[in-house]
Amino acid sequence: MAETTTRELLLRPIFHRNPIALLVLGICSALAVTGKMDTAFVMSVCVTVVVACSSFVISLVRHHIPSSVRIGIQIMVIATMVILVDQILKAFLFDLSKQLSIYVGLIITNCIVMGRAEGFAMNNPPKASFIDGLGNGLGYGFILMTVAFIRELFGSGSLFGVEILKLTSNGGWYVRNGLFLLPASAFFLIALLIWFMRTVDPDQQEKN
Amino acid sequence: MAKESFFKPFYSVLVLAFVCSFLVSLASVGLRPLQENNRALERKKNILLAAGLLHGDTKDKDIDTLFAQVEPRIIDLATGAFVSPKVIDPKTFDQSASTNDPQLSQPLPKDKDIAGVRRLEKYSLVYLVKDKGKLKEIVLPVRGKGLWSTMYGYVALDSDLRTIDGIAFYEHGETPGLGGEIENPAWEAGWQGKKIYDDEGKVAIKVAKGASKAKGKAASYEVDGLSGATLTGNGVQRLFHFWFDDQGFKPFLERLRGEEGKNG
Repeated sequence: MAETTTRELLLRPIFHRNPIALLVLGICSALAVTGKMDTAFVMSVCVTVVVACSSFVISLVRHHIPSSVRIGIQIMVIATMVILVDQILKAFLFDLSKQLSIYVGLIITNCIVMGRAEGFAMNNPPKASFIDGLGNGLGYGFILMTVAFIRELFGSGSLFGVEILKLTSNGGWYVRNGLFLLPASAFFLIALLIWFMRTVDPDQQEKN
Repeated sequence: MAKESFFKPFYSVLVLAFVCSFLVSLASVGLRPLQENNRALERKKNILLAAGLLHGDTKDKDIDTLFAQVEPRIIDLATGAFVSPKVIDPKTFDQSASTNDPQLSQPLPKDKDIAGVRRLEKYSLVYLVKDKGKLKEIVLPVRGKGLWSTMYGYVALDSDLRTIDGIAFYEHGETPGLGGEIENPAWEAGWQGKKIYDDEGKVAIKVAKGASKAKGKAASYEVDGLSGATLTGNGVQRLFHFWFDDQGFKPFLERLRGEEGKNG
């Protein structure tokens, strides 16, 4: 992969090799935090920071990692990053950290982070790994924000907590769609997104 | 890859573990004061919110001045008596930690544990809101199981000790938009003026299924339910029935009523 440019590394995971849509990784948190735009946004930022930084660190020490314990070492680096992010959120963005609660901690088990560490950072220089992590985080964020946009708009009638469609419960006209508030709706939305992306870009379709 | 020595995996993991734990403890110790501040502020905010003293435009830095009119006290739940601040300091008492301490709490038998609190603490914090030395409101911490999670909240009672001045739920894991609406101020406002106890002193408060259709006297004991969240609503009702009956704050409230009577 020596010939890929920085630009490609950064942009390819957003659409052509999206970790959620193409590889179907990181689904669990994509269901859980997409009820509202602001939580989805903070989660995307956290995941991006964690993937980029952990890929960078792992790539930096990749020649010193014994292959017999490499998974354990990767997890240790990732877990450290996640705890740092979690602590910082709790100190400076308390309200949001309360809403994200356990999901920040669960970034450790987000397959995207581990997948990039094992699949890319172990064999590539630090700078490329960092950019690749950034790109994958953005790809994850892109799906999260799209799903959250639809879920919050139809489920709560608002975007980023600002009321767009006036709800009947506040004396307006819009009857909220409860399905969009439930995590299951994200399944349907992600499936539709995958369908859409594979139709636009047939390369993503699996060959029989 | 070159052949690895037998010991390399061991020391490389050890070195990394050391570096990682150093970073984590640094962050944890360094940021702790900030985090504890946040938590304390959050608690104060919710107490003020339940008491109706918090307004939308209240700034974080004004919370402490507002909180000056609130006096935290500790009570013995079983007897309802105040515990002197010299015995237990309300400022440092950690109520949620005390529910895990076998000395300070005990398990509840299943049939009595209607709110799903599991272990009941011996001592509880209460917050007296005073106005020129006279008791204006009293804020009580409550908790109970909803559909998915334990819901934590504060209930503010008027000085007649049976009328609700306000409630505020501050921590729960109910479905956002459905049961999660228990923290919606619009719904919480519906509790204002409702009576917990009926004329005989029994806990009578009810959460209706959907909008309340009760009329006349019954309406003062009934609160609108949340549509799509009947089970969460049931949990809220059970929580009230638990905390305002004999195992909860009833002994304390009765004792307080007696004392108030003597004073005035």
